[in-house]
Amino acid sequence: MLELAVGIFNGFSIGSVLLLAALGLAIVFGLMGVINLAHGELMMLGAYATFVVQNIFQGFGDGALNLYIFVALPVAFIVSAIAGLILERGVIRFLYGRPLETLLATWGISLILRQFVRSVNGVLVLGIVLFCLLFFGGLWFLSKRTDWERIRTAAISALLPLSLAISAVAGVLVSKTGVEVLTKPWFSARNVDVTPPAWLRGGFSVGIYQLPYSRIFIIVLTVLCLLGIYWFLNRSIWGLRIRAVTQNREMSACLGIPTDTVDALTFAIGSGLAGIAGCAITLLGSVGPNTGQNYIVDVFMVVVVGGVGNLFGTVIAALAIGIVTYLIGSGTLALMFSNSDALQPLTDFFTFFAATSMAKVMVFALIIAFLQVKPSGIFPQKGRTAEL
Amino acid sequence: MNAEVGNFAKRQQQKKQQIIELAIAIGLALVFAIVMPALLSAFRLKLLGRFVALSIVALGLDLIWGYTGLLSLGHGIFFALGGYALAMHLKLQLPEGQIPEFFTLYGVTELPWFWTPFYSFPLTIVAIFVIPAIVAGLLGYLVFRNRIKGVYFSILTQAALLVFFNFFNGQQKLINGTNGLKTDTETIFGVLVGSEGAQLAFYEISLLGLLLVYFLCRWLTTGRFGRLLVAIRDDETRVRFTGYDPTGYKVLVFAISGAIAGVAGALYTVQTGIITPSAMEVAFSIEMVIWVAVGGRATLIGAIIGTLLVRLGQTFLSEQFPEVWLFFQGALFLLVVTVLPNGIFGWARDWGIPKLRSLLGLQEQLITYPALEQDPEIQQEREELER
Amino acid sequence: MSEQTTEKILEIDNLTVSFDGFKALNDLNFSMNVGELRVVIGPNGAGKTTFLDVITGKVKPTEGKVYFQGQNLRPYNEHQIARMGIGRKFQTPRVYLNLTVRENLDLASNRQKGVFRTLLGKPTKSDRRTVNGLLETIGLTAKAELQAALLSHGEKQRLEIGMLVAQSPDLLLVDEPVAGLTDEETENVGNLLLALAQSHSIVVIEHDMEFVRQIARTVSVLHQGSLLCEGNMDEVQNDPRVIEVYLGEQEEEAA
Ligand SMILES: Nc1ncnc2c1ncn2[C@@H]1O[C@H](COP(=O)(O)OP(=O)(O)O)[C@@H](O)[C@H]1O
Ligand SMILES: [Mg+2]
Repeated sequence: MLELAVGIFNGFSIGSVLLLAALGLAIVFGLMGVINLAHGELMMLGAYATFVVQNIFQGFGDGALNLYIFVALPVAFIVSAIAGLILERGVIRFLYGRPLETLLATWGISLILRQFVRSVNGVLVLGIVLFCLLFFGGLWFLSKRTDWERIRTAAISALLPLSLAISAVAGVLVSKTGVEVLTKPWFSARNVDVTPPAWLRGGFSVGIYQLPYSRIFIIVLTVLCLLGIYWFLNRSIWGLRIRAVTQNREMSACLGIPTDTVDALTFAIGSGLAGIAGCAITLLGSVGPNTGQNYIVDVFMVVVVGGVGNLFGTVIAALAIGIVTYLIGSGTLALMFSNSDALQPLTDFFTFFAATSMAKVMVFALIIAFLQVKPSGIFPQKGRTAEL
Repeated sequence: MNAEVGNFAKRQQQKKQQIIELAIAIGLALVFAIVMPALLSAFRLKLLGRFVALSIVALGLDLIWGYTGLLSLGHGIFFALGGYALAMHLKLQLPEGQIPEFFTLYGVTELPWFWTPFYSFPLTIVAIFVIPAIVAGLLGYLVFRNRIKGVYFSILTQAALLVFFNFFNGQQKLINGTNGLKTDTETIFGVLVGSEGAQLAFYEISLLGLLLVYFLCRWLTTGRFGRLLVAIRDDETRVRFTGYDPTGYKVLVFAISGAIAGVAGALYTVQTGIITPSAMEVAFSIEMVIWVAVGGRATLIGAIIGTLLVRLGQTFLSEQFPEVWLFFQGALFLLVVTVLPNGIFGWARDWGIPKLRSLLGLQEQLITYPALEQDPEIQQEREELER
Repeated sequence: MSEQTTEKILEIDNLTVSFDGFKALNDLNFSMNVGELRVVIGPNGAGKTTFLDVITGKVKPTEGKVYFQGQNLRPYNEHQIARMGIGRKFQTPRVYLNLTVRENLDLASNRQKGVFRTLLGKPTKSDRRTVNGLLETIGLTAKAELQAALLSHGEKQRLEIGMLVAQSPDLLLVDEPVAGLTDEETENVGNLLLALAQSHSIVVIEHDMEFVRQIARTVSVLHQGSLLCEGNMDEVQNDPRVIEVYLGEQEEEAA
């Protein structure tokens, strides 16, 4: 029985990581109907932000190093939130109401972000800054002209390649100079390791098993985030506005709610939560450019099973998927049935799926079966608008 | 009566256009079949052959996404299934009683039961179509019958893809796991698959396959059936209230699209020399979507052009600057979605060609409203004025 | 003929539809003869659209039964009910925007709605003749080859009605066909409906009293999910309950 309890605990902790990652997605998808395939990469950014913070703290000695996580969490939140904000203002807002296109565009972003952390160096950053200065500066300058509306398209199509070309040439020239500081990539192309603070290493012993402190920390963190989000959406004025816009965009706009700001805010918060999730997963193992990809599909499954626009459903779905995945994948279930011979086929069946990757196969089959009964998730959206 | 006559003339004209199109397509294919092998080195030809195979899967994707509006992110499954089917057959070109070499690595001494049908060549050929079609049909049925659509369908197909990837990756003892099945060193009809002659044959077969699949898709999308697909894309509820059951249509199209992907996968596999679970990576399946998007959805020809262009660009860029390719690909996704929603072909059709026409001083074609002379209301008004 | 008119095409017994406890339809009884043109009116939120939803199978009744030509509709879903001979026009026009007017009508007029029949079948000569006839009826012959997306709102309304007729249903359900139309277009649609009423049974849901007066023979008034009263236009207009819930409110507003 103890095995089962420990198994459930472990599944619970996997589920809470999923939940932490899914929370941001559930908000963005549930409230705005936006499929963000770059969500995993926003997590990855959070993880890299944590890595940077930890490296900085390393300079201050061991005492400070123990506390880095408390700085890393807000930093990760802010970095991802800003990235999300840029994403929303720069791309997604042009694609509202076109979910499939949004999906493709965010995939493009995700590719760019993955390559970005691989190859980011001084030159690249210089190039980007230069490009922004030229392009947006140029736009700003031109927009003062009275015939701006008329020349707009022409201006953009002239400025864009021009500033791209200039910054590319500048970048190439700078890298030719061969200054080490500028051309050396910031992160190694392989995974980076974040060492958890000393007080999160080790664990809490139960018989022969150990419940790692880092897992417990993640569970606590998840609960806090959940409470925070719940409070924000249901008790704060901006939460009220967000819910209003979700219900009826036109009406909200007529009542003077700045829907643009609401969109940006919602997206930034969802992205920020991804950053926190990214910070949390650094406690579990090394992170790399492709880290986000390991989570994204699972996280989407959580949202689909939970039912869109319902945080409670997301919680249940995340925990259920986490626990089932762990119980099957670790072989706990197979072990449980192995006591009696009568259940031999069942044991064989579960043994076949007793690997993390095979557990996913099983869980997917279960999800499809579940969707036959409840096609719109545990808590479906109601009303006429839900069908169209 | 007038309408009847006009209608008849229009159908005649359509028929004529179809014949012209058929002639052009076959002509182009012949050119590619004869000229390219003479021009290109064996290596480049093999590359082109692969692109041709990939444009077949793009056609299948266009059918389900462009026409029916269902964005599948899981076509890698069907592609890989087709590839594995053929690879398994090739792996079994062994003397009686032997089993493929890799099995011995894992201590397997007996051929798993599901390998046996692949001894037979005809069965293998059938399996290349039928297995992906069945998997797609089943998955489609389970999803569509619950009226799951839009992004949910996309996400579920992606999840399915990941599941198949995991499964194939994890089953060393059944299908050699991550290492996949190598076909290069096997023989087909006594000829080494990797040999130049065999590769030339595969190139020609791919071209033929592309031609056939293209006409299959044309046939599917021109008649009532094709219009119904568009109708499902435009307004599924209306279709239902008109008395059609969209589920059946969607399942069939998805299955056909899967079968097409299977054929493409088989052709691709023999020209690459290996099939591994990496054909079911998430990125690869989304990439297929961008080929269609670049060329232009719901145009068929766009899917082919898009695949060839993007793949050529990729080969060039990733040979020259491997780092830039991912940036470039990402930008391509953004660009196509925001600036070029109808793709190259759509852009040329809606904007480029009319522009060219007017530049050349040719008469602008009537594309929107019927001429005033044809509008009965205006005719009537005129008559009244004259009176 | 007189025999047929006494036959019921639609019969609804004690119908209740509740959404999470909110009764959009409450113990509704309704019946209609073959060949009748019936107008249903009622204030906003009275449950008129829900009423059509139940008949066409979009919403299943919580309690009560719907009979169409004596057959209980409960076990059937939307496309089966449509094939039995009920056509429905939605409140906002829903046509296939990327198909031409002719193609829209052709899809609706297709008799063989199975997957393989549609794939392998070809439009017959009589199909084409039906479509041409319909184009004439709805006055869109000149725009037959135009994409439906390019039509005006009123033309879309007419096209959708044409698509209904193309299905050759026995019962037409039309939800607010003249909402957002100009007076002239309204009259067009009214005449079209009257012409169709020669050979079909029709339920029209409408707000526009002018229009109701143009076409109505029998009017049913729906209020809070139940039938308030039924009768010809004058009877309904003079019924004190109707004046209170519906017309009365309007007068108060005007005052
Ligand atoms: N799917 C649904 N879920 C919840 N409530 C609904 C649903 N459909 C309709 N309603 C409610 O039922 C009532 C009747 O609506 P409706 O039939 O559209 O009225 P009408 O067409 O007469 O204006 C309204 O209060 C509406 O909000
Ligand atoms: Mg209504």
